[in-house]
Amino acid sequence: MRKNSVPYWLLSPGILLVSVVLLLPLAILFVASFWGMAQGGEFDTSLTFANYQKMLERPGYATIFLRSIGISSAVTLLTIALAYPIAYYVAFDVRHRKILWLVLITLPFWTSYLLRVFAWKVILGWNGILNSGLVSLGIIDQPIGILLYNPLSVIITLSHAWATFAILPIYLSLEKIDRNLLDAASDLGDSPWRSFLRITLPLSMPGVIAAALIIFIPTVGDYITPALVGGPDGLMVSNLIQAQFGRANNWPFGAALSVVSIACVTLLALMFTAFARKLTARIH
Amino acid sequence: MAGMRRIGQRLRGTFSWGYLFFLYLPILILPLFSFNDSYYISFPLKGFTTRWYQELSADPSILGALLTSLQIACAAAVLSTLLGLMSARALTRHRVRGEKSLLGVIMLPLVVPELIIGVSLLTMLNHASAGLGKWAVVLGHVLICYPFSVAILMSRMEGFDKSLEEASLDLGSTHWQTFRWVVLPLALPGVIASVLLTFTISFDEFLIAFFLSSNEPTLPVYIWGQLRFPKKLPSTLALGTAIIFVSFAVVAFAEWLRRRDAPKKEASQ
Repeated sequence: MRKNSVPYWLLSPGILLVSVVLLLPLAILFVASFWGMAQGGEFDTSLTFANYQKMLERPGYATIFLRSIGISSAVTLLTIALAYPIAYYVAFDVRHRKILWLVLITLPFWTSYLLRVFAWKVILGWNGILNSGLVSLGIIDQPIGILLYNPLSVIITLSHAWATFAILPIYLSLEKIDRNLLDAASDLGDSPWRSFLRITLPLSMPGVIAAALIIFIPTVGDYITPALVGGPDGLMVSNLIQAQFGRANNWPFGAALSVVSIACVTLLALMFTAFARKLTARIH
Repeated sequence: MAGMRRIGQRLRGTFSWGYLFFLYLPILILPLFSFNDSYYISFPLKGFTTRWYQELSADPSILGALLTSLQIACAAAVLSTLLGLMSARALTRHRVRGEKSLLGVIMLPLVVPELIIGVSLLTMLNHASAGLGKWAVVLGHVLICYPFSVAILMSRMEGFDKSLEEASLDLGSTHWQTFRWVVLPLALPGVIASVLLTFTISFDEFLIAFFLSSNEPTLPVYIWGQLRFPKKLPSTLALGTAIIFVSFAVVAFAEWLRRRDAPKKEASQ
């Protein structure tokens, strides 16, 4: 009896941590999204749907939600498309220095996210490194203004910041593929391209799906990147939420925005997983 | 056919090196311009200087923020590794009912955006009329570090040979002695790796600290404040360079430790 309870008390502090520091605050945030603001900056804790109504009635909010989802989808696609070849290279072509490659790929992820995004701001700016570099090399005479402060600069910066999260899961699923399958296919006369499409790609789909979820879910809620390189046209829902807890000082409305964004992301992630399952089931 | 395959390999190799360059480019830009003798971060380079670093070391508010960050990161690293060690031990050594859903709960902090963690903690602490500051940041950081610690320690402890522990118990050691003298030494590289990596996560974390640190800014929150002042950019670059090099060293050491004499299948993780 005592022996069986050991793993449960070992696990209880961790589960307690997640419950008290994550789940309970989320529940409170949910309740707070039905509050209002009274005169003088106090909360009015009588429950109301006013915050949600406000979101529906004013078109600006829907635009920002759609933009956030659009930017994150673009980031997810771009990051995976760029990550696949390098994951493939490390899994199949690199023989001796696999661990070195993996460490090199992982290392940038561990450096400060804020500083990496800040570096992109410095690179892409009007008088930034890219523009001034191109001007002093004589390739352009005028700095290019469209590099920074738009959705595209947010997409570039985010796909750089999340690269590791795409490469590693894809690499893991490629590494698991039984090489005998590929040998058999080539013995039976499949071209490399054909055996890639029929064997490698379908078998690596779990990694691709995992990468898509790992990137999409957090990037919708990214704050630093749109705040630093997004400009007014690249603002995302997280900037809106932060403003409610900061300058606008309307916490209940910020809570409602948070609830809607969590709901949207969860719903999209579930739909994507279901769709991806169906797709891979048909291939197998 | 073999020729075509080789061309493919060559293409992928070139692409991968190029991609690696793209990954490191922003990180290499910071040190380059932190030694540049100009307020403007642009080409052409003006000349070599170390004055931005001197400016840094002369600023007492940076030292204060650094100290706050170090305190928070130490607390978060030790606490999350302790919790992670207990959880990893339970999940690798014992058979736990509902293991999958428990693991799901443990990994939950990874999928909730830090912004949401920040504002929900802020709302709760405010509602409970609890003050903000260092300890609130520690709470949030332990939460986001905990899943990493569990993952690192589980991958280390999964390959353990059960018979060593059984031998120790058979020879009359208590459970605690077995843990102390058999399990812990074997898990030690994983424990150190976990402490170092969670330290880095906490040290670099901005958003949760931004909401919860109140009037005790951490280093990233301090840097965020500096970004508004163009004159402060060069010394911010210098500070960023210093931080990046220290975290590189710490992480490279942790990775080396984690992968050294780890179970074979680890090579693929």
